[in-house]
Amino acid sequence: MINFEIPARIKQELMMVEMVANQVMRPRSRYLDEHEHERPTEFINMMWPAVKEQNRRQIERLKQNGAAAKEKSGPSTALLRLILLIEQMSWGDAGQYLCVPGGGLGGAAVEAVGTPEQKIRFLSRFAEGDEPSWGAMAITEPDAGSDNSSMRTTAVLDPETNEWIINGEKIFITSGTLSLKESNGFCVVWATVDPKAGRGGIKSFIVEANTPGVTVSPGLEKLGIRASDTVILTFEDVRVPYDNLLGSAEVREQTGKAGFAGAMKTFDASRPAVAASAMGIARAALEFVKEKLAEEGITVDYTKPTHKMTAFERELVMMEGLYKSAWLLTLKSVAAMTHGEGNRLEASMSKAHAGMVVTKISQKAVELLGPLGYSRELLAEKFMRDAKINDIYEGTRQINLLIVARAILGYSRKELK
Amino acid sequence: MLDFRLDEEQKMLSDTIHRFAEERVRKVFRHADEDGKIPADVIKAGWEIGVLPSFIPETYGGFGEPSAVTAAIAYEQFAYGDLAAALNILAPSAVAMAVLRAGTEAQKEAHLPLFCEDKLPKIAAALTEPSILYDPFDLKTTATPDGDEVILHGVKSVVPLADQADTFLVYVNEGGRTQAYFIPAGTPGLTIGERDKLMGIRALPTFKLHLDNVSVPAENRLGGADGINFSTLLNYSRVAMGALAVGMARAGYEYARDYAKQRVQFGEPIAHRQSIAFMLAEMAIDIDGARMMVWEAAWMLDQGQEATQAVTVMKHYVDEMVMTVADRALQTLGGYGYIREYPVELWFRNARGFATFDGLASA
Ligand SMILES: Cc1cc2nc3c(=O)[nH]c(=O)nc-3n(C[C@H](O)[C@H](O)[C@H](O)COP(=O)(O)OP(=O)(O)OC[C@H]3O[C@@H](n4cnc5c(N)ncnc54)[C@H](O)[C@@H]3O)c2cc1C
Repeated sequence: MINFEIPARIKQELMMVEMVANQVMRPRSRYLDEHEHERPTEFINMMWPAVKEQNRRQIERLKQNGAAAKEKSGPSTALLRLILLIEQMSWGDAGQYLCVPGGGLGGAAVEAVGTPEQKIRFLSRFAEGDEPSWGAMAITEPDAGSDNSSMRTTAVLDPETNEWIINGEKIFITSGTLSLKESNGFCVVWATVDPKAGRGGIKSFIVEANTPGVTVSPGLEKLGIRASDTVILTFEDVRVPYDNLLGSAEVREQTGKAGFAGAMKTFDASRPAVAASAMGIARAALEFVKEKLAEEGITVDYTKPTHKMTAFERELVMMEGLYKSAWLLTLKSVAAMTHGEGNRLEASMSKAHAGMVVTKISQKAVELLGPLGYSRELLAEKFMRDAKINDIYEGTRQINLLIVARAILGYSRKELK
Repeated sequence: MLDFRLDEEQKMLSDTIHRFAEERVRKVFRHADEDGKIPADVIKAGWEIGVLPSFIPETYGGFGEPSAVTAAIAYEQFAYGDLAAALNILAPSAVAMAVLRAGTEAQKEAHLPLFCEDKLPKIAAALTEPSILYDPFDLKTTATPDGDEVILHGVKSVVPLADQADTFLVYVNEGGRTQAYFIPAGTPGLTIGERDKLMGIRALPTFKLHLDNVSVPAENRLGGADGINFSTLLNYSRVAMGALAVGMARAGYEYARDYAKQRVQFGEPIAHRQSIAFMLAEMAIDIDGARMMVWEAAWMLDQGQEATQAVTVMKHYVDEMVMTVADRALQTLGGYGYIREYPVELWFRNARGFATFDGLASA
């Protein structure tokens, strides 16, 4: 039955996050943007207890019923809740949001493909301790971006110690420092166990903080989301236990496409998450413009026909339309998963669209505000710089369009390159 | 709780209309556009599906309750078949839903049972005016009180099936508010003008309507003494038009998608090229996004929420979406897209109409 209602319980939680966004994130936005590589400590410390508590309950459930947890009937609102929180945090500040403690993309990967034992072993750290910890995920390499199946990082099994030896270089890794150097976290590293096998040889491994052989570069300098920690990771004979290979025995042994496909499952949740983050920035930009225009006495009259609208009104209505279409597609991709249905196509649709939409809306916002839009004294220009990353990571717009196109045409990779 | 799956009844209704669209409408629509009319048996079959009576409560002869969401689902399928046919079949909804939502008890009792019969009722709504400055909230057609009577004066256009109508529901400017009056055909001063010559929906006969100081009893006002809240009625109508746009866009998109898979150039299907494949992907995304906006606006109306902002934003997005999709569909077919033997140029012509169409159907 078609319904656009967000559960009241989640709405309440969102109000609290909105308070954090207004009182903790926004006041630090400009400072952190101009002091790249400084950590958003207030936000991190504020969020850690709540994150910890949420994770603690989840781990508890895992411990109680192990695999049976999956059999839970009825819709699961976990992803919906996450998506809405991400939207609200990104509305506050997208760079700071990316520093929220917890498993992040790495945690999501463990969630998606890890065994119950692995989940307990690796995710418990996000549910306890006085100090926050982070997870990261390393797929991208300097020569393997969109074409991640051509990655060259290798994992070789040492039969004597039953350890994997990882060698290679990963680039643009979000929270690389936070997860590997500044906390007791971990990074999920994708590597090939058989370079000749193409995507079939690619597996994901947990590399924990302070593992010898891992080098973390200084933070990269970026256009936006400057509060977010982005680094290059180098792996030189990094040894991890056999069981740090993520997935069931079945997935681990597979050399065919299925192994890689398992890892790709992470994207079904992470692409809507990026779309949601994009939409948080889009809403921030849109609200910001409307607020500033209202101060000048300019508001939209939604009952006017097009020919009576001012240029401002037309632009705003256009922006709101783009915003709505992308936000509802994001919710659609989440709703499918909530009701236990596949959402790969919807996930890519929402990500491709939201990345484009936030790019467009934030650019329009700067344009409409004229000299004030372009000024670093206000946040509009920051929204525009922050926005663009959503058009790039978790698969660029083009890569997600490619996925959508293949799905609607029923084409393989070979037919549509 | 967030959910975008159709319920069983909606699925059945949607499937039924989809089948009707494929099996009946698509067989005739291309020729109907050239011919200027849709075969009567197709209209009859569409009417007999009984969508409108399913929104009219039993008290008034129907067998259900209104639901803008369900209407949106149904209307999308009608327009997937053909827009002109859909507007022909759904034209009575523009009057019926307005009466149901804003009529007095007496008006409901008098009019609604007519919409629950086997024959398409002969009653037409007239909102649009032939002016660049057309504004539904500031109409040029006026209503001036004159004792127990009201004098109506002005010109309407794009009034569907006006030549057959025995009653009109005409929207007018009454002291700055938009109100509507029932006018029986044949009332002195009321003349049906020439058939409109439009770029698209050529299979749907629409007409100008001239009101030269037409006098009707004041009690003919929809909603009686209080009149109507026009903004709400317009929202329901725009949801209907949005759903129709989504349906027609989907028709164009699916045709282009299938064509691109079988048209071979440079040794392989053109859909193997990203520039074609990406256009199709963006069409699919835009249509899906638009549908969600239509559903959300419809859902808000069903919940009794104020929806004017959502509806206006949706309308602007959808009007642009349907044109862009039709344009891309035509581009996908290249020269063949320009040839009238193929349906794409028809969708292209119809698509631009959504920016102008107002009040032709209601959810
Ligand atoms: C701030 C930031 C944070 C990031 N965080 C992470 C992270 O945490 N973990 C991680 O693993 N990665 C991360 N990334 C990497 C990101 O996912 C990649 O940058 C992205 O996948 C694109 O790869 P690339 O930069 O090598 O671009 P390329 O793949 O070289 O692409 C260049 C251009 O070519 C286009 N293109 C490429 N292939 C095709 C094709 N087949 N068809 C059409 N167009 C194509 C792309 O769309 C793009 O426009 C991050 C990147 C940034 C900038």
